[in-house]
Order: sequence, then structure tokens, then C-alpha cells
Amino acid sequence: MPFTLTVNGTPHEVDLPGTVPLLWVLRDALNLTGTKYGCGVASCGACTVHIDGEAVRSCQLALEDVDGAVLTIEGLGTPDRLHRLQKAWVEYQVPQCGYCQSGQIMQAAALLDENPSPTEEEIDAAMAGNLCRCGTYDRIKSAIRSVAEGV
Amino acid sequence: MASIGKIARRSFLIGTAAIVGGAAFGAWTVLKDPPNPLKPAEGESVLNPFVLIDGQGITLVSPRAEMGQGTETTWAALIAEELDVTLDQVRIIHGPPAQAYYNHALMGAATEGYDASAFQRSMGELMGHLGKVFSMQVTGGSTAMRDGYDRMRVVGAATREMLVAAAADRLKFDPSEMVTYRGAVIAPDGTKIPYTKLAARAAEMEPPHTELRAREEWKILGTQFRRRDIPPKTTGTATFAIDTRLPGQKFAALRLSPTRAPIREFDAFEVARMPGVEKVVDLGDGLAVIANNTWVAMDAVNRIPVTWHDAAYLADDAAIGQALESGFDLEPDSMLRNDGDVTKLPEGTERVEAEYRVPFLSHATMEPQSANVWFDGGKLKVWTGSQMPTFALRVAAEEAGLDEDEIEFNVTYLGGGFGRRGEVDVVRYATRIAKEMPGSPVLLTYSREEDMTHDFYRPAAVGRFKGAVKAGTAVMLDAKVASAPVVGPALTRAAGFAPGGPDTAITEGTHNQPYAIPAYRARGYAVPDMPPVGFWRSVGNSFNGFFMESFIDELAVKAGADPLQFRMGMTRDEFLPAWEVLNAVKEMSKWTGETPEGVGRGVAMCYSFGTPVAMVLEVRDGRAGGTAAPEGGGPVRITEAWIAADPGVALNPDNIEAQLVGAMVYGLSAAIGEEITFAGGAVQQLNFPDYEPLRMTQMPRVHTRILEIQEHLGGVGEVGTPPAAPALANALFDLRGERYRTLPLRKAVDFAV
Repeated sequence: MPFTLTVNGTPHEVDLPGTVPLLWVLRDALNLTGTKYGCGVASCGACTVHIDGEAVRSCQLALEDVDGAVLTIEGLGTPDRLHRLQKAWVEYQVPQCGYCQSGQIMQAAALLDENPSPTEEEIDAAMAGNLCRCGTYDRIKSAIRSVAEGV
Repeated sequence: MASIGKIARRSFLIGTAAIVGGAAFGAWTVLKDPPNPLKPAEGESVLNPFVLIDGQGITLVSPRAEMGQGTETTWAALIAEELDVTLDQVRIIHGPPAQAYYNHALMGAATEGYDASAFQRSMGELMGHLGKVFSMQVTGGSTAMRDGYDRMRVVGAATREMLVAAAADRLKFDPSEMVTYRGAVIAPDGTKIPYTKLAARAAEMEPPHTELRAREEWKILGTQFRRRDIPPKTTGTATFAIDTRLPGQKFAALRLSPTRAPIREFDAFEVARMPGVEKVVDLGDGLAVIANNTWVAMDAVNRIPVTWHDAAYLADDAAIGQALESGFDLEPDSMLRNDGDVTKLPEGTERVEAEYRVPFLSHATMEPQSANVWFDGGKLKVWTGSQMPTFALRVAAEEAGLDEDEIEFNVTYLGGGFGRRGEVDVVRYATRIAKEMPGSPVLLTYSREEDMTHDFYRPAAVGRFKGAVKAGTAVMLDAKVASAPVVGPALTRAAGFAPGGPDTAITEGTHNQPYAIPAYRARGYAVPDMPPVGFWRSVGNSFNGFFMESFIDELAVKAGADPLQFRMGMTRDEFLPAWEVLNAVKEMSKWTGETPEGVGRGVAMCYSFGTPVAMVLEVRDGRAGGTAAPEGGGPVRITEAWIAADPGVALNPDNIEAQLVGAMVYGLSAAIGEEITFAGGAVQQLNFPDYEPLRMTQMPRVHTRILEIQEHLGGVGEVGTPPAAPALANALFDLRGERYRTLPLRKAVDFAV
């Protein structure tokens, strides 16, 4: 029996076993490849999406357990209409290889939605679960702060 | 269209020879001109292998892997600067794997040190042609800018002059009266013709003599120009190999032998019938499942009962450690420095001896290895992120049983490289798997566990150092380093051949440091039977930097000298740029040699890939927020980092800063937390919880300064890694009064997380 889920405002029918993690539904069934696979064990944050506004590691959420509207990086902003964090990411030239950045931005977006003016420690705490092997952490933080302070 | 290729080749060679001169291009005709791989379609003009113009616009080819180091944009900027186009006017593509895109600096760089003479540099230039002979299209060794700096500006200039000649011919002006601006030629009467309207005629033009512009005239280079790949990397629209999706896409996962030995037996009966599973493939030394979803494939392949043969390499840490120790009893593989006589010491010296150890390390690129391969009617199409695409293409051809020209090979963005994507394993396996499903594209994704346990690791290594000091300076240094050889095996895997001679990686970072030490010897010992190792960001410098700069610190202590002054004293007359970077971090950090209780500072200076980098790190006991540290010190936090580097010319200072900081993080991750160990031939770390890189909470505040004092262009992408570990260990010594000679440091020190 197919599952129905709403991603970036669009309902989709998905005919996969209910145990398949949301990450792999997004990437391989819906071709929404902006959400990345990094570890599969909620250790790197590359797969971060929002469910009803809350940051979730999509590699750990089975299709059958998705119980809200899913927002992915593709829905946060588009190349023509960048989200303010995406603008800041460009302004601060944050990404290097760029592979982790969808997850970083989704995590940061959830943080700012909940706490528009986070302290440095609050940014650290919110972002600690997102790995970046290129070591862009200082620019990520600068970009987040620029948006937070601009509120 | 044959004339286009001929003229393009001539323009390229003549132009380059005219500018670089001496023993450079054109003078050495032992080599065939690489054919131009770009085949012009209807309405397109290919001016040379790097510039393609059609009615729509201008396309520049940046044939180096974009793995976060900004090469795609900076390479194009070299051409654009002389071509007189802005970066927002051009399309940038990677282009196909081709001999024309060989790396001229790679082989040459191996012969050049900080003290290279003009003769050695011209020999290096000559050696560079080997890159062409062997079609070495390689992104590695921090060579992209050293390779492209002259060659690509010449390409831009020669192309511009051909366009000018075409315009002059049409408008009946003398070329010297024409100017170029933003992709157009402008005549004295104000007539403006865009390049797109001149390209077809320009392709037939003889290239006139060109000269490169003086730096003062640069409009793009030297500014903070923005990277072209960044906007798509913020919207999830940048395509990595793992993101390629083709019509009828299938997904594959594999499970390679943990011992890298062949399968003993397996039983795929049940797994083959799981929903979504389409095929189980026997890879010989592993199994793969093709399915309708990557996760289904990963889940299925891990359920197959299978047994494996034993490893052909030393299988356990104990045996590996023992082999490294006995390595010193072997004949040395290299002695790449032997100044003075280390056995004869002057009167009144004080001696120091120390032994250092580092473990194997995984690259752990954020994007696990991936490749999309499609057997489509006798042709093969490949999408992958590769640092060595000509070699990966060869492997695909070998696996597919096709000629290379029957393969379309597409290089995507790389989700991290660090040397890992110079390996060809993923293309080999992906082709082997896709061959079993002709007509369907198959995307192979390594699980994180497979990626981590089947890496080609930074080798474990041991360094034994002896030295002597007198009157506040070092008078003798005698270093021995034992590790698996790196270069030979890695190149053999990728290219099918390797140069002979000593494995320079074993002592690079020890034998070639710009210190004036009268008796200075470095010997390398190549230890056999080690687990597979490969190029890991900064390669041998990653461990030699730690050995050498820890030991220099120990010598300074023995000499009763301030460690920073000690280094400055030994570099000033040997290699001034090294002194300058040390002086820069001294100024930036307001170094006094004194630190208050609970604070430690350490310095390191490493010369690698043609660039000296100095780093000062500050560590503090206790938690952030200024709460008092418990008795004996609390968890250590790295609070500040000061980095100074001299790459000669800062082509994009903002990007260089990003690389220095990122490379430091890579080095600190290894210094603090990372370690790969073996038991029963299998790697024991499976995923990030077992292999912890630095996280945002552990980031120091970073301050950088880029100097442009040295005469030659240096590399940038790797040079920030080597000084990170020794600067940290030296800071910990300042904090605790204890030497930490073994990595990772978390085994001896409690770090804040």
C-alpha cells in the first residue's frame, strides 16, 4: 500500500516498504537529492530536513513514521529566491566541497525559526551535530550570526 | 575542422613558449601534442582545449576536480584575466578526461624545494612533460595553480589576440589599434564586436606574439572574486556523483571483503527474493545488490551470509606496530638529505632523542564514494567525482572491455576529495556492477561503513629523531621515519605504473625543511606488508610535520630558547619567507614566550607544496565561559589559532584563507580524535561515532595572514594541515609541561567536546 507524504508543499505517493528511511525516499524515489546521505546513523547531520518546522535527521525516520509536512533544502529557497540563510552562505562564501551544507543550512534555519537571536553558545549547541570535513565551521557561524543580528 | 585543432595546438605551444621561455614548452619536442578533446558541434568554435565559443557565449574548461578548494573558479579566472571576460560572462565546465589536460606541475614539483636553483627549476619544468606523456590529469599535490598560473594566462592571452586579429581583419584596422573589454573587441571608431561573433574566424587565425599582463593590470586575479560553485551548493542543486539521476535509474550497494581478500562462500538465495532487490552481483572480493532504492540495496547486501579469506597484509595492530619498529632494521629506502656529518658533533653540545607515533587515518569524505555507470547500447557512460579522471577512465574501459573512446566520462563535483578520489576503486566496482544490468544506469553508493573500512589510509608511521643543540641553536638533526610506501602503490592502483626510486612521502616534511642545521640527515624506511595506504591531504607532511615540528620544539627547550625565536633564528638566512611567516604569527598572536597559568601556546612552521605556513595555537584548561578549571586542569579547549602562509601570489585571498582554516581543521581532527585500527585484517572503525572529526563546538577563533614575499607560486589546498598537530602538541607541552609524542591526543588528554 503506497504511503502519502507532503514534501515542500506537494503531496507524493510512495510505493516503498514503510521501513525505508525518509532520506532514501526523498533521494531515490522523489529525486530530491539536495538532502544528503553522510552516515546513516544520525552522526553527521547531512540529511537534516524539517518536519513541521523541526529539524530532523531524515536517515533515522522511517517512511511509515513520517507524521508531518516535510521541508527540504529545495523547499527552503530556490536559486531564484534564496532564503536569507542561503544569501548569507553566499555572502560569507561558506561552502567548500558543499556536501554537508544542505544539512547545515536546514539545521541553522530551524535554530533561527525557534530562536531568532541565538548566542554564540546556542549556535554551537544547535550546530554541534552537523559535521563538515572541509572545516567551514567559522564561516557557518559568521553567516548564521549575520542573519541573526539582522533580525 | 582539422585546422582548428592544429592551430589551437600551435597557438597554445607557441604562446606558452614565447612567454615562459627558456627550457619551457615548445623547446622540448620529444612529446606529441595532446589532441584537442573538444569536438566542436554545429555553430561552435573550439579555439583550444580550454576555450569554446558559440553563438550563445563563452565556455572555459577547468579540468581539475572541484572538491571545495575553489579550483574550478580560480582556474577559469586565470584564462578570463587575459581573455578580457568577466567570470559572470562565462560558463565553466570540467571537460572530458584527456591528455590535453595533463598536470604539468605535478612531476616537476617533486624536484623543487625551497632552495631549488634555477637549474633545478628548469629540470622540474622538463620533468613536467612527463605528466603529458602519461596523460596525468591529476588534481593533487596542491599543484593546480602552479600548473595553470602561466599556462592558462597564456591560453587567455593567445585566444584574445586571435579574436583581435579576427576583428582587425573584418574591420580593416591594425590589431594594435583594437582593445578588448568584457568579451568584445572594440575598434578605434567605437565599433564593438562580441567574441561570440568573431570566434569562427578567430579559430583560423595565426596566433600573434603575446605577452602576459603585469600584475598591476589584473582585474580579477588578486581580488576576492566569488566562487561559481557556491550558490548551487547552498540550494541543494549542485550535482555530486551521488546525486546524478538518469532515466530508469537503479541503485546499488556493496559489501567488500573486510580483509580485502576473495570471498570464501556466500548464499544470496533469500536476499535475491527480497522486495525491491533486482540482482545480486559477485564482485570476487565483495558482493553487490542492485535494487530500486539505495537503502534497500544496503540493507539487502548486509543480510547475505558470507565468509572471506584472510588478509594478505599484516592483520593486527600489534603486528603492524612490530613491523614499523623492525622497519628501522631494513636498508633505508631513502636519504633525501645528508648535510654535514651527523656523527661528528662539536664540543659542548647537548643531545635530544625522541620517538613519535601516528596511526592510520581515513579520509572520511562527507560524500561516500559513488559512481553512476550506464551500459547503453555498447557505449558506457560514467558519472563520478575523480581527482584522476584519465586513470579512472582507463579502469572503466578495462572493466567494460571497451576502448576509452567508447566511454563518456563525466566528472561531477566532489563531496570532499582529500586524496581519496584519486583512487579508482569506485569506478572499477560500479562498472563491474553496471555490466550486470545492461541498458540501466546503476548508481553505486558506498555505505559510510564500507567507505571507512575500505579506504586507502594515511599510513601509520614512526619517527625516531636525534638532535643536538649548542649556544641556543640546533647543530645536528638525524631523523629516521618508517611507514608504508605511499606513492608507488597509490599510483600503481590508479595508473597501472609508478615511477621508481625512493618513496619521497615517507620523509617529506622532515627532509626538506628550511632550517639551517649544519648536520642534517633524514632517512626513510619503507615497511612492507602494511594495509593499503594512499594520498591523504598533505600526504607524508601530515605525519612528518608532527614529528619534525615536535622535535624542533624539544630542541628549543633543550637549548633554553623560546621555541618561536629558535625557529626564526634557523630560518632567517636559510629561507626568508619561512622567517616571515613565523614573524607574522609572532606579531598576530602578540607572542611573548610567556603564558599565564591554565593557558598554553605552541608554534609550528612547515614548508610543504612550495608554501611555508606558520601556526600558533592557544589552548586553555577548563570550560568555555571562564569557569575555573578543576584541580589538575579540566578538559582542554583550543581557543585561538593564528596562521600565516606565503604562497607567493595570492590569486584569491578569501579562498586561500578558507583553505588554510579548513586544512587546519582537517589536521586538528586527526591530531585530537582520529585513528584507524586493525583486528583480524579488518578495520575496527565503522562510522563517525568511532572516528570523530572536529565539530563546531571545538573550533578556535582563527586569524590568518597571507604574505606574498616568496618568488615562486606555492600550493594552497594542503599546506594548512601539517602544522596543526605539532602546534597543538607544543601548546599542550606549554600548558602541562608534558610531551605528547603519540597521536591521537585524546588518548592522553581530555578535550572539551
